[in-house]
Amino acid sequence: MRFLQCNTPFATFAVLAVVTQLVLRAAGMEYCLTQLTMALYYALVVLGLCLVTGHAGQVSLGHAAFFAIGGYTSAFLTTHDFGPLPEPAWATGLKQARVLIEHSDLYGGTALSVSPWAAVVVALLLTFVVAHLIGYPALRLKGHYLAMATLGFGLIVSKIVVGTAQLGASDGITGVPEWPLGFGLTVSGRRTLRVENYYIACGLLLLTLVLLRNLIRSRVGRALQAIHDRETAANAMGINTAAYKLGAFVLSALLAALAGVFFTHYTGSISPSEAGALKSVRYLALAAAGGMASLWGVTAMSVILNYLSLRGFFGSYDNAVFGAILILIISLAPEGPLKPLGQWLRHGLNRNHHPRDETTGAPPGASDGAPRIH
Amino acid sequence: MERPAFTDMAFLEVENVRRSFGGLVALDRVSFTVCRGQIKGLIGPNGAGKTTLFNMVSGLLAPEVGQIRFKDRTITGLKPFQIARLGISRTFQNPSLFLRMTVLENVMVGRHLRSRASFLSSSLRLPGQVREEQHIRAEAWRHLEPLGLAALADRPAGSLAFGQRRMVELARALATEPELLLLDEPASGLNTREKADLNQVIRRIRASGVTLLLVEHDMALVMDLADDIVVLHNGTPIAHGPPATIQNDPNVIQVYLGGEPDGIPPAGELNLKWTRPR
Repeated sequence: MRFLQCNTPFATFAVLAVVTQLVLRAAGMEYCLTQLTMALYYALVVLGLCLVTGHAGQVSLGHAAFFAIGGYTSAFLTTHDFGPLPEPAWATGLKQARVLIEHSDLYGGTALSVSPWAAVVVALLLTFVVAHLIGYPALRLKGHYLAMATLGFGLIVSKIVVGTAQLGASDGITGVPEWPLGFGLTVSGRRTLRVENYYIACGLLLLTLVLLRNLIRSRVGRALQAIHDRETAANAMGINTAAYKLGAFVLSALLAALAGVFFTHYTGSISPSEAGALKSVRYLALAAAGGMASLWGVTAMSVILNYLSLRGFFGSYDNAVFGAILILIISLAPEGPLKPLGQWLRHGLNRNHHPRDETTGAPPGASDGAPRIH
Repeated sequence: MERPAFTDMAFLEVENVRRSFGGLVALDRVSFTVCRGQIKGLIGPNGAGKTTLFNMVSGLLAPEVGQIRFKDRTITGLKPFQIARLGISRTFQNPSLFLRMTVLENVMVGRHLRSRASFLSSSLRLPGQVREEQHIRAEAWRHLEPLGLAALADRPAGSLAFGQRRMVELARALATEPELLLLDEPASGLNTREKADLNQVIRRIRASGVTLLLVEHDMALVMDLADDIVVLHNGTPIAHGPPATIQNDPNVIQVYLGGEPDGIPPAGELNLKWTRPR
């Protein structure tokens, strides 16, 4: 029973995912799954921000850069032709271990590139190192140093990406191969694999949600919340505040990079716009819209809003919409709009089900006046 | 009350410590020792440097000159969390709770340094982590109950009254199982009844083997509890000794009452003021 109670949200998520797919199929709108899958990958980035900003209280304005590091590393390694290789034992060894694989290039010749699995390992290791380099100096200090450091870092990464010919400059990298995950699953943008890929993204998001939920409800989660609430007291209670902030930051950077890897293999390409500072602002706006610390709020808001954005609902005002969301949330509802909305709904429901109101014949909540938004 | 004699070696040694802020010298040439099992009182007028001294012992500030040793180990230059791990815990003058967490969770944070689950084992809920988490919870309850906080366990700390916050902070500090506990004005803002409870609580803490360093403005409480008192004035110690000596020290009387040395009132009068009504 307790197990069920704790896991209701996860079951709801799974059911909702299946229902969405079935409804879209019945309506003949399965093409929508493509943007939904992309929105699910973006949600991973925002969930990482939920941990580092909502729980540890550290603002990052560079998560698009980590997404790009994951995506570009993986795209470059799996498309670049490293051959012909010299003959020594290590080269043949790499081939035999399927770290390097031969595939046909655009012009019908053979190219030697890194396998997607090896590329994702390299991408995550690179992110791990870079996140430490950015986070270590910034997080030893109290205050918003991380925001400044990551903002600068994000700008640098986006300039490097645009300025490097080998990374495709302003075109980005296209022709990224599909990624066979094993167990008969393949991350790929092929139309025939659209439903499968939707469920791969759902599964990855669900797994991330479970792991983050566990983390938040643990000694580590309490330490992060303590740092957010009162850093000095947290330190005096024996929490190595710098190490915990760094841990949360690196973990969220890894999540962003992983999302970038999946996204790139799914869409088959990555472009410099993914690395831009505006994308970082968008992720932060989505985290704010979801209530920062609420895993479910953040997931819902980022999937819905990113989906609408990808379907072109906001037209050419796309970035402006996310900027406006950030401003509105921070000035009007710092805890996000979902919490007050939920309280308001519960308030309304309780009133309608109030037996006294029925027996007196008074309209529900007549004595109470208008519903208050807390 | 019979006061035990403390003859064993120094537990906490503060040696010739100096600290200034800008041009203002907050502490200068401060030396004293605390013996194991003692309640040491630290008194002095506002601005005497008591909280600065606390912040240096707990690592929030570093002394410019001098050394602080705990159990024969130099702790100057260590970070607060490292000092906490060595067995020094503290409370703050303004209760410094984690306001968005519940009372129980606040005290569970106190168990942080007695537990070790990592990012990895916590997200995977490995069996060891689950067991440890249960242990943390049980230990937190064990520290809530004696302070009368069990009924408040699930309340958000931000919703508590001032006196309750002080008690939660005390429970959180005790949950770290310190050997030395620094209490910064634990009685300020408490009513008479809460002060009497606090007196009993502090006695129990001492009886459980914890050494205490107590900054307090409530003279009755300090005189009643402390085995030994250091009086700070303008950043330097002007007197040091058992309460009876301190109460009759002409320097102390001058500082507190602002009188000239020849205008010292008879000691009996002061004793009346400084002793708890029984």
